[in-house]
Amino acid sequence: MCAPRALLVLAGQMNPRPFEYHAPTTLKEAVSLLKRYKGEAKLLAGGQSLIPLMKLRIAAPAHLIDLNRVGSLAYIKKEDGHIAIGPLTRMADLEASQDLRRWCPIIPECATSIADPLVRNLGTIGGNVSHADPANDMPAVMVATGAELVAAGPGGTRGIAAEEFFLDTFTTALKEDELLAELRIPVARYADGAYAKLERQAGDFGIVGVAASVRLSGDGKCAGCGIGLTGAGPTVVKARKAEVALVGSKGDPGTVEMASALASDESSPVADLRGSEEYKREMVKVMTKRALSSAVKRARSRLP
Amino acid sequence: MKVPINVEVNGVKRDAEVEPRKLLVQFLRENLGLTGTHVGCDTTNCGACAVLLDGKAVKSCSVFAVQADGRRVTTIERIGTAEELHPIQLAFWEKHGLQCGFCTPGMIISTHFLLQQNPDPSEEEIRKALSGNLCRCTGYTKIIESVKYAAKLSKKGAAPIRRQQRRVSKTPYKKPSESTHAL
Repeated sequence: MCAPRALLVLAGQMNPRPFEYHAPTTLKEAVSLLKRYKGEAKLLAGGQSLIPLMKLRIAAPAHLIDLNRVGSLAYIKKEDGHIAIGPLTRMADLEASQDLRRWCPIIPECATSIADPLVRNLGTIGGNVSHADPANDMPAVMVATGAELVAAGPGGTRGIAAEEFFLDTFTTALKEDELLAELRIPVARYADGAYAKLERQAGDFGIVGVAASVRLSGDGKCAGCGIGLTGAGPTVVKARKAEVALVGSKGDPGTVEMASALASDESSPVADLRGSEEYKREMVKVMTKRALSSAVKRARSRLP
Repeated sequence: MKVPINVEVNGVKRDAEVEPRKLLVQFLRENLGLTGTHVGCDTTNCGACAVLLDGKAVKSCSVFAVQADGRRVTTIERIGTAEELHPIQLAFWEKHGLQCGFCTPGMIISTHFLLQQNPDPSEEEIRKALSGNLCRCTGYTKIIESVKYAAKLSKKGAAPIRRQQRRVSKTPYKKPSESTHAL
């Protein structure tokens, strides 16, 4: 969130291009507007990424569909087998949710690391995920927790696995007439997680971030593991080899070290003002180690 | 095409017709003349444009005015008056929490939001709460002190504070061009 500082040099004009504003009050209405203006419309959730991009005229939609008047899109609840989060749930509400702190601490931990409190009062989880900026933090959490992202379109809803949702920079598996209607985090798949993020300065995008989730079986061995990397490729990276390396181990320091090196190999960061490729690759290793160690520690504390 | 909006600004319902692309900060400054809300970076970084939207601190350079339709906006003008400063304003004054003053309205809005949620914040909590507000003069030390003092002043039972009780000049400010003295 926030306009990337590198773009400030382009900022001669700070007014968005004119657009037509739509404020649907139901999800159905929002979907039919999306269908009508296919390809020419953008959805407005918290606006903390989109509005700066519109001001810089990097985004110039002819139609803006404001989802903030659609009731019932902001919620956090536990349903059978998963935690359901409404796409318009604000970062500040994820941070403050005592339920999430118990059920899935990686989400409030990640939310707190995003931008600053003023931005988090508006920024939403659905926006952060579907904007699919490789520097956005929530996609890594979705990948690490094995979330299912529910798309709503004219023909109804369909679930998309997080690992199939993020296709490329700013590109998701959502069709032009679909919107993200719910985020579902499976409770049992990877019980405990942690988000580790390296920041250059408060409020800036991270240099790299790592989301790690693990599930330990009764004997203390890792029965499942999910790792997502932020800022480490054209879109979120699922560190598959690192995940496999951890499964079956007890999450001992040696295995964590090895898995972190594998995650680093799997990453493909690009050099920018936040660091060189080599530096970022090294930082992926360090942050994976921190995220995994912390996730394993959390999972152990829940063992009987 | 302009759209009609009705926004409650500082307790007064205001009707207006705005272009959808008009930002909330532009609406406040240009349509309503509430220039206490500043435009600093215009890119969601600096927080000089902070206002309360339905009681929550947001950056008004990154909200469209149409989004505020039917909602409540509070700007720095509502926080206190020149005659009766809000305890937060007084604390910034007393502890020298400003130099040029450009970031101050945003700092005060963020402090207001913080103290409503957490009346007794630690230094770390203060620093985190103000991480979306940039100051290029003070180096933040005096701002942190001001927020701590504001928390103390805002506590229940604190005596009401009137500006007259302080050493404040009542002489109206004169522009150099209006001055009869040789410069």
